Amino acid sequence: MAETVAGDALVQIRNLSKRFHTPRGTVHAVSDVSFDIPRGSITGLVGESGSGKTTLGRTLLRLIEPSEGQTIFDGADLNMLDSNALRTARRRMQIIFQDPVSSLNPRLKVGPIVAEGLRAHGIGTSAERKERVAGLLEEVGLSPDAMLRFPHEFSGGQRQRIGIARALALEPEFVVADESVSALDVSIQAQVLNLLLELRERRNLTMLFIAHDLSVVEYLCDQIVVMYLGRIAEIGPARPLYSDPGHPYTQALLSAVPVPDPAAARDRIILTGDIPSPLEPPAGCVFRTRCPLGDGRCAAEVPAPRRAGEAHHVYCRKFDAND
Amino acid sequence: MSRTSSAPIEARFLELLFSRRAVLLATIVLSAVALLCVCAPWVAPDDPVRMSVRARLTEPGMTYWLGADAFGRDVASRLLYAGRVSLGVGLGVAAFSSLVGIVIGLCAGFFQRLDGPLSRLVDAMMAFPDILLAIALVSILGGSAVNVIIALSIVYAPRIARIVRASTLVIRELPFVEAATALGVSTPSVMVRHVLPNITSPIIVQATFIFAYAMLAEAGLSFLGVGIDPSTPTWGTMVNEGRQYLDQALFLILFPGLAISVSVLALQLIGDGLRDALDPRLAKDL
Repeated sequence: MAETVAGDALVQIRNLSKRFHTPRGTVHAVSDVSFDIPRGSITGLVGESGSGKTTLGRTLLRLIEPSEGQTIFDGADLNMLDSNALRTARRRMQIIFQDPVSSLNPRLKVGPIVAEGLRAHGIGTSAERKERVAGLLEEVGLSPDAMLRFPHEFSGGQRQRIGIARALALEPEFVVADESVSALDVSIQAQVLNLLLELRERRNLTMLFIAHDLSVVEYLCDQIVVMYLGRIAEIGPARPLYSDPGHPYTQALLSAVPVPDPAAARDRIILTGDIPSPLEPPAGCVFRTRCPLGDGRCAAEVPAPRRAGEAHHVYCRKFDAND
Repeated sequence: MSRTSSAPIEARFLELLFSRRAVLLATIVLSAVALLCVCAPWVAPDDPVRMSVRARLTEPGMTYWLGADAFGRDVASRLLYAGRVSLGVGLGVAAFSSLVGIVIGLCAGFFQRLDGPLSRLVDAMMAFPDILLAIALVSILGGSAVNVIIALSIVYAPRIARIVRASTLVIRELPFVEAATALGVSTPSVMVRHVLPNITSPIIVQATFIFAYAMLAEAGLSFLGVGIDPSTPTWGTMVNEGRQYLDQALFLILFPGLAISVSVLALQLIGDGLRDALDPRLAKDL
């Protein structure tokens, strides 16, 4: 079991698995994932498309029912809750979506969209809710008049701010941000990231930030989880993981991050082949089919975490901390 | 993905709808017919059931604009009063079958456990020929306007249910529905507040067509003598009664027949126009 960065964990994910049964076979989207998200921290979840990071984000909020495993939120197992208790628990955890277009109901005005959570939980009178919404819109950098307009009247960045205001309306402690900036222009990305950082400070939020862009994650996160084909490849505090990645997959990913200096010497590790199908993930280490270090014995068993440093673990049998 | 996000259609909707002259014309014609029928008590030249032996089978002329039938009743007045029933039945069926279809379709689209049974039921009902099913239902319920509306609504609700189910399956996967769930919005509220408003376009289009089909079906039932009781004039009954005098007084079936054709044609044109204006994707599907 991986220990965590520091402090107590708000969210503990234990052996979480999600399999989808399709006509073509069983998709192993998330397999046996365990880690902790410390209170008040931002944990980055990275991996290429198809690595299961979005499914993990949904499953740990129980927006999708897990096949196995638990999410323990502030000491309570979410999977033990009945639908009413779960509805109540949802006040404390929210999600910000990737696509600012399809994540807002095109038939509702911004006011009702942001107030939807308050309404669902019967918080405040309609006048009080309106006031709350005005405050929230200002907090995310929009004018309170925005509540009278429809989502399509806003730009992508503004819509993402509306989505953030909606998520914050219930004053959650934990927020999953699912690729929340990847659909935006680079200049807008920075604004929205700064907004998230500001809000996290002000509201002491705990966040799971799902992304495929490693430079964004480095800027934002305290702890990083690298996923490959539904499994954790490496987990650790941001700085040591970036400066000294232990897993060959993390090394390959980091070598692909563009450096804003054309003269910089670079050692790019180019992975060969495509990510294998999650319908039939390789036995043992899922990365072995593309791994530069892999040998026959990697197929024998799923690699156990090896300690690379304080709260830093590498899921590779070839890894040796003393190298 | 970005389809649902396109500007709510209301803004440019009317402009788009009436940019086709046929749709504009159909709307004007249908409105005129509906208005005349609704105002029948004030605009009708005569009492629709008053008989006059001397006026039997009078040709259209100054006294009887559209002639008089075999009982000497004024065809023009009967036509207007009958239109209230025919259009009323059409409208009633469109509304009631939509209501039933929406409930069935939303439940089938939302609750996987209900989907199988409900979809089989809908398929089974659609396998019956419309008019046969309607005849069977009316003979069970009895022939009044309300019962005809109920029977035809049962016949046409599966069409709405199918469309609602299919649209629900698409919309329920969109992130804003997931967002509502994540906020703790209850399932009925998600269905009514988040899904239903986003599938109104195909429902409106289909309801317009059902309006037309129901008018035809009502006329068919009345013509066959199994519809609304024959003392109430409807366009279908008028055609049925006129049939016996086909060789002497063609006008007896000509005018109610025209009224049916013109109204149904107008409704079909409006339906086509609505479909194209509200939801270009459907243009090919139907």
